[in-house]
Amino acid sequence: MKEREPLFSTKNLNLLREPLNDSNPITVQVLGICSALAVTVKLKPSVVMAISVVAVLAVSNVVISLLRKSIPPRIRIIVQLTVIATMVILVDEILQAFAYDVSKQLSVFVGLIITNCIIMGRLEAFALANKPWPAFLDGVGNAAGYGVILIIVAFFRELLGSGTVWGYPVFEKLGLYTTGYVNNGLMILPPMALIVVGIIIWVQRAKNRKLIEEK
Amino acid sequence: MKTFSNTYIFVFSTVMVMLVATLLSFVAEKLKPFQEKNVEVEKKLDILRSVDIARDIEDIKDKDTYVEEAYEENITKSFVVDATGELKEGVEAFTVNLKAELAKSAEERSLPVFVYTEEDGTEIYIMPLEGKGLWGPIWGYISLEEDMSTIYGAIFAHAKETPGLGAEINTDWYQSQYLGKKIFDDTGNFTSIRVVKGGADPSDPHAVDAISGGTITSVALQEMMEECLGNYVTFFKNKSN
Repeated sequence: MKEREPLFSTKNLNLLREPLNDSNPITVQVLGICSALAVTVKLKPSVVMAISVVAVLAVSNVVISLLRKSIPPRIRIIVQLTVIATMVILVDEILQAFAYDVSKQLSVFVGLIITNCIIMGRLEAFALANKPWPAFLDGVGNAAGYGVILIIVAFFRELLGSGTVWGYPVFEKLGLYTTGYVNNGLMILPPMALIVVGIIIWVQRAKNRKLIEEK
Repeated sequence: MKTFSNTYIFVFSTVMVMLVATLLSFVAEKLKPFQEKNVEVEKKLDILRSVDIARDIEDIKDKDTYVEEAYEENITKSFVVDATGELKEGVEAFTVNLKAELAKSAEERSLPVFVYTEEDGTEIYIMPLEGKGLWGPIWGYISLEEDMSTIYGAIFAHAKETPGLGAEINTDWYQSQYLGKKIFDDTGNFTSIRVVKGGADPSDPHAVDAISGGTITSVALQEMMEECLGNYVTFFKNKSN
C-alpha cells in the first residue's frame, strides 16, 4: 500500500510558497492586473478584496477538485464558471450585509472576481487534476500571492497619494505637511498602480535570478 | 479520458443549477434584513449630509446608532406632496420609491419632502433626486432655505460613474459649488441649476461648472435636477408666498 503523504509535505508547502514568489500570479504570470489597478487606492478595500479572492479561490478549487471525476469534460468550463459565480455572489451578499462601506468602494470589482483569470486558470490547470487538499493549498497560495501584491501596492498608493495608512493620517502626525510636502495626486489614479506593480516586478527580478530569462 | 453520455451531462447540469439556485436564494433571503438596514441607514445619512450634519461620520465607531439618533433629532418632519403642492395623506415619505414615482404621470406622483429644523427654528426643506448617469443610476438630495429658492446643501451619489470623471459628482469640491445658488430667477421662473461646460460665470446664480471629461454625467445631473425639482415647483411657490 502506498504510504500516505503528510499534510504539510515539502511538495504541498511548495504549493503555498511558490505563488508568493517564483510563480506569483500578478508579477510573474501577469494575471488579474485589472482589479489590482482598480481597488488599490486604499489599503482597506485591498485587504477585503484579497480576503474575498482567497475565499473564492480556495473554496472553488476544493469543490472542483472533489467533483473532478464526475465533471463531464465537455461542459467543464461552464461548471467551473458556475462554481466561481456562486462563490462570488455569496461573498458579494455577505459584504453587502456586513461590510457595506467597503462593498460600495469595491463596487463592481467584487462581481468581477468571476472574470479574474487567476481563478479560472487555477481551476483548469490544477484543481481538475489534483486531490482536494493540494487544491486547497494551491488556491490559498495563489490567492495570497495575488493579495500580497495588492496590499503592497495599496500601501504605497495610500501612503503617497493620501498620506494615510488604513485611514490613519501618518504624514499629518509626522508634521510633514508643515514642511511644504504635498500628496502626490497621481498615486490615486490607476496608471500609478501599473507603475508600482512594475517597480515590484523589477525589485523581485533583481532579487530572484531564477526569473530572468536566458538570452 | 472518460466519456460521458449526453443524458449524464444533462442531468449533471440540471442538478448543479438547482443546487446552486437553492443555496443562493436561501442566503439572499437570510441576509436581506441586514442589507436593507444598511440601505436605510445610508439613506438617512444622505439626508443628514444634505443639510451639513454628520460631516464627522468617519470618526464615529457605531455609525448605525449615530445616524439613527441624528436623524431622529434633526429631521423633524417629513411629508408627501403631489404635483399641485397639496399634502398627500397616508404615504410615508421615507418609504417612497422615487424611481417608481418618476415613471408615473406627473399628476400621480408622490413627492417626498423632509424638513430639518435648525436650532433657531428655521426650517430647511430637503428634496430627493433620482436620475440616470452614464453607466448607472445617480441620485442625491437638495436642501432649500425658507425662500424655497436658495440652495442650502446638495449631495450627489452614483452607482458606477467613471472614477476621476463622472464619479466626481460625489466630491466636496463639486457639491459645494451648489451652495447659495438659486433655482428661481428674480421674476419667479423656475430655472433649476445649469451645468456649464467650460466653466460657469461665478456671479451666475443659476449655473455651476461641469466636470471636465464627465460631460454625460454632468448633463445627466442637470436633467435630474430639472426633472425632480420641477415636480415641486407649485409646492415651492405656494410655500414661499
